[in-house]
Amino acid sequence: MSKKLKAVIIGPGNIGTDLLMKMQRSEWVEPVWMVGIDPESEGLKRAKEMGMKISSTGIDGMLDQVIKDDIRVAFDATSAYVHAENSRKLNELGVIMVDLTPAAIGPFCVPPVNLKKHASQLEMNVNMVTCGGQATIPMVAAVSQVQDVEYGEIVATVSSRSIGPGTRQNIDEFTRTTAGAVEAVGGADRGKAIIIVNPAEPPLMMRDTVHCLTKEKPDQAAITASVHNMVKEVQKYVPGYKLVNGPIFDGNKVSVFMEVEGLGDFLPKYAGNLDIMTAAGLRTAEMFAEEAYNGTITLPERG
Amino acid sequence: MDLTGKKVTLHDMSLRDGMHAKRHQLSLEQMVAISTGLDDAGIPLIEVTHGDGLGGSSLNYGFPAHTDEEYLNAVIPKIKNAKVSALLLPGIGTVDHLKMARDCGVNTIRVATHCTEADVSEQHIGMAAKMDMDTVGFLMMAHMVSAEKILEQAKLMESYGANCIYCTDSAGYMLPDEVSEKIGLLRSELNPNTELGFHGHHNMGMAIANSLAAVDAGANRIDGSVAGLGAGAGNTPLEVFVAVLDRMHANHGVDLYKIMDVAEDLVVPLMDQPIRVDRDALTLGYAGVYSSFLLFAQRAEAKYGIQARDILVELGRRGTVGGQEDMIEDLALTMAKEKGLI
Repeated sequence: MSKKLKAVIIGPGNIGTDLLMKMQRSEWVEPVWMVGIDPESEGLKRAKEMGMKISSTGIDGMLDQVIKDDIRVAFDATSAYVHAENSRKLNELGVIMVDLTPAAIGPFCVPPVNLKKHASQLEMNVNMVTCGGQATIPMVAAVSQVQDVEYGEIVATVSSRSIGPGTRQNIDEFTRTTAGAVEAVGGADRGKAIIIVNPAEPPLMMRDTVHCLTKEKPDQAAITASVHNMVKEVQKYVPGYKLVNGPIFDGNKVSVFMEVEGLGDFLPKYAGNLDIMTAAGLRTAEMFAEEAYNGTITLPERG
Repeated sequence: MDLTGKKVTLHDMSLRDGMHAKRHQLSLEQMVAISTGLDDAGIPLIEVTHGDGLGGSSLNYGFPAHTDEEYLNAVIPKIKNAKVSALLLPGIGTVDHLKMARDCGVNTIRVATHCTEADVSEQHIGMAAKMDMDTVGFLMMAHMVSAEKILEQAKLMESYGANCIYCTDSAGYMLPDEVSEKIGLLRSELNPNTELGFHGHHNMGMAIANSLAAVDAGANRIDGSVAGLGAGAGNTPLEVFVAVLDRMHANHGVDLYKIMDVAEDLVVPLMDQPIRVDRDALTLGYAGVYSSFLLFAQRAEAKYGIQARDILVELGRRGTVGGQEDMIEDLALTMAKEKGLI
């Protein structure tokens, strides 16, 4: 059998298209379907030109092809409102769902922190948190893996051009979801998230600041080593993930200053925030594919 | 300029913008004393929260001495005539904070965004308007874009339900002609029932002149701060503005001597440093930088040996906006590395 898992991408917008371009280079995941709701949309046309099968009537337009085409993994880049139905219908057919919306039905997944666990348990729906979460939670975890973190706070600054209408209409969802994942995945007792939108031209690169308050005096050497190690882990799927300054220690406060440059596939390089989402989503599916190939998990049976 | 008989609603900032100058450490007793003093002097609207608004409590901006809820619950029951407002920056605070503020008895919600990003305020302005609160859209760093852009963004906030729009000179950069142009365009193009406001900082010494220009061009709400207690070189000093409005026979409803006494007897003694146009505050105005960056830049200077002025100028060059306080230490570290200081 081929080691590649065949995939459907739902939502042919910026995220879906960027994901498609990354997936075309993947050794583990093969894009087959692109699903949209507007037959005239640029995204669907582009996907068709790139050799994808397309549905312009949502996932209902391709559900009967899932088994025939052996679709094993889905990426949902639509909205929280439609995600639940998409996930239910595809999970029923044994398709693993990687959720890039803020719906968060399934557990949060931040690849270098907890992907291995989700993949080994064959979690059928995993949520990719938020762009700010993907960029910062590995750093919170890098500290909490060394010693207890009482409070974790992240500040994500993104260029105005890289943040779409969905996020703008519900920016509270970003702050709440990210703060929740700083706790649940980052390992902080309490989490807080702040997002700043900056309209400067040329657009600024995504920047992230992570502050942690440790319970006891921070072990500077161990935390510094853990942070550098974690940066390398993230760089495996986001090469432009860069530690600009830190870790800096001030009493029990540990601060890390990051910059995230995207690969510039479909989205410009400054949009590291979108790139880290698509890269993390793809990395997630790849891990499931690797585990299935190695026989550590068994994909749902098909007739 | 003839402001005879013009109605001006004065809005005090000392217990919110002033929190920046106090590193968010005002005590409940200080808040109550100042707010009751302002109430007695006839100030109709008083803002109370963390300097960065509801939910601003953070390592990034500073943990306050008390929560927003504690401050609001201390102040609101003690004042007789004045109303209390709360600031909210989407991305920092959420509608949960907004509901908490409403439950505490806050009358006015001011939803603040950078002057080009009004569309992040839809859910908060919508919610406040739906709860029948006095709902203000607050466009910060308004010097960074044209009057036409401010109008476009103001119309968005108006469409979400704001009954008042502010042109906010967060950097204290504007000169009176720019204030006249921006407020004038808003006045001619927005719904005539939509109120207009101006929020100034004194970094270039223009806060009083700019506030007068705003009133002349059609603004009826003016932010100021008793004794100027606010970020940077402070806000429009209210007792001075009241005296000027008095001389111009504008209708402001405030007792000049009483507000002078609040300034002199209550506010000046609690200042940690003189609120004045020192070289760093002047740099904020001159380079167009968010006023609350001042103390952060001065602390970075003390810690890393890079002049605050150099840090602020570079932040201005990079087009930083309100809320990017984390850039200050980051930049100071980078500059210190380049100079071989660390």
